[in-house]
Amino acid sequence: MKLAFEIALRFLKSSKGQTTLIVLGIAIGVSVQIFIGSLITGLQKSLVDKTVGSAPQITVSPQEDGAYILDSQAEAKTINAANPEEIKNLVAVTQGPAILNTSDESATILLRGFDWEAAQGIYKISDRIIKGALATNDNEIIMGEDLSKKLSLSVGDTIELITPARKTGKFLITGIFDLQVKSLNESWILSNDRAVQTFLETGEGVSQIEMQVNDVFAADEVAGDIKKRLNDDALVVTNWKEENAALLSGLSGQTASSLMIQVFVMISVVLGIASVLAISVVQKSKQIGILKAMGMHNPKASLVFLLQGFLLGVLGAFVGVGLGISLSWSFSTFVTNPDGSSLVPFFIDWSFIGISAGIAVAASTLAALIPAIRVSRLDPMEVIKNG
Amino acid sequence: MDNYVVEVKGVNKVYGKTIKTVALHNLNLGFKTGSFNAIIGESGSGKSTLLNILGTLDRPTKGDVIINGISTKNMTKGRLSDLRNETLGFVFQFHYLLPEFTALENVLMPYRIANGKADKKSRDRAREILNLVGLEKVENNLATNMSGGQQQRTAIARALMNQPKIILADEPTGNLDSQTTDSIYQLFRKINQELGTTFIVITHDRRVAEKADRIVEILDGRISLDIVK
Repeated sequence: MKLAFEIALRFLKSSKGQTTLIVLGIAIGVSVQIFIGSLITGLQKSLVDKTVGSAPQITVSPQEDGAYILDSQAEAKTINAANPEEIKNLVAVTQGPAILNTSDESATILLRGFDWEAAQGIYKISDRIIKGALATNDNEIIMGEDLSKKLSLSVGDTIELITPARKTGKFLITGIFDLQVKSLNESWILSNDRAVQTFLETGEGVSQIEMQVNDVFAADEVAGDIKKRLNDDALVVTNWKEENAALLSGLSGQTASSLMIQVFVMISVVLGIASVLAISVVQKSKQIGILKAMGMHNPKASLVFLLQGFLLGVLGAFVGVGLGISLSWSFSTFVTNPDGSSLVPFFIDWSFIGISAGIAVAASTLAALIPAIRVSRLDPMEVIKNG
Repeated sequence: MDNYVVEVKGVNKVYGKTIKTVALHNLNLGFKTGSFNAIIGESGSGKSTLLNILGTLDRPTKGDVIINGISTKNMTKGRLSDLRNETLGFVFQFHYLLPEFTALENVLMPYRIANGKADKKSRDRAREILNLVGLEKVENNLATNMSGGQQQRTAIARALMNQPKIILADEPTGNLDSQTTDSIYQLFRKINQELGTTFIVITHDRRVAEKADRIVEILDGRISLDIVK
């Protein structure tokens, strides 16, 4: 083994140009793989984060329209117990539609109330207040930026809300928020839980319990856990994945295409190595012939070439990982949105990089198999006869 | 039974499947331990084929090669490799040194094929042999950084590394000038006398052949002359 390794190393060293070329070939293959993989993963992560990062990923609500969850604290405890490692940012929401009247216009809105502190996890409201402050007292609300512009309202104005049950109430606007989603900015009016519960007359009841999970892609599984744990037919558990099927199929399409690219890049790398090593067998046939004449066994002679493939793979993977990471970094640093933020965030998944490097090493060794078989078939007589 | 170190019995060698060319006709020949033998003959007479069969690099179509009293007929490729490594040393017209390795490393190669790692004892022995062939000064030169004579002497040193019983040499001086040729044959003789190694040397230089203990001439695959001095 040691001799075979040393011969392999010397063979590679003796034809430096050829070795550099293959290493570069493998390195480019690996770096493209890492770059595309990281790009796609980064893109998907940011897309998912933008889509559901600031929204509930699992919602528990009553089956019946207009019904309420009465003991929300007990239910929240049960929900959390279903999968305490994944579930986070639990918040109980009381909500209901209402009509907003000003002196000359009206709009249909959704009045939502929650405990500001609990809601901070999902909605990060306090960071999104662009004018004024949170509504902490009864008869105070905050409203979306677009709605306030449409109705020409601002902080300090008072509005009138009418519920479907024809109850009216006057509310003071204490702040304007921007949730960065136009439809929400146009329709949501937010307040603290007590104010909304009082206005909608729900008592202690809440409309739904919302939460996020640590692994957003596991939301459906966690939702299943919750459903099992609650064991209550009156409650419905929904998750973002079932509501965003189109996005998910887009993502999996993207993953599949990136996988295809990676597979073909690897195949071309393997073919490259196999062909260069095949040429190298011809180049080194004299050496192999004499080694065999001197008593080197066939498997050991083949091992010399397998080890060459392995060494090339290791070297190529090493250079490729460096190249791939710097490529991804440059892309996320220099390819930016007009506001200076990177188009695709820099994202390194070491296990993915490890797998790419491992595949490259395995593929290189495998590529050396054909030349290695040729070596074992090489008859020393052929070499000696032909000088 | 004579004291033969290597012997061919009824060896035939036929090349080609559709058009058959007979290279060796029913050859019976044995070489004594410690003898110095020359094989002569025209190009294409079959002498190289004979040497390759003697060296187990080639297998006879019919007949048997007996080395050290053991038949090689039913040996596996691996067993033949071991036999070559332990018992035989080859010197060809071309040196076949590994250009990626130094002279010393090339000499150590047969030892390392058998044992993997070269220990101090084997290194000392390799240096000793290089000394014997007069190459102590270039032992760390790459094979490519030596003259033709030095390369061939390195190849001879390599053939001696595993203390083989037999050295098979196929026109070992074919590429060398007459002065170097003389020094190589003197070296062969010295090794033959000092170490008792059996030499079987192919040459078409009659001058060289005349210095051998025995001359065998091959003509059209048959022994046409066999002179023992």
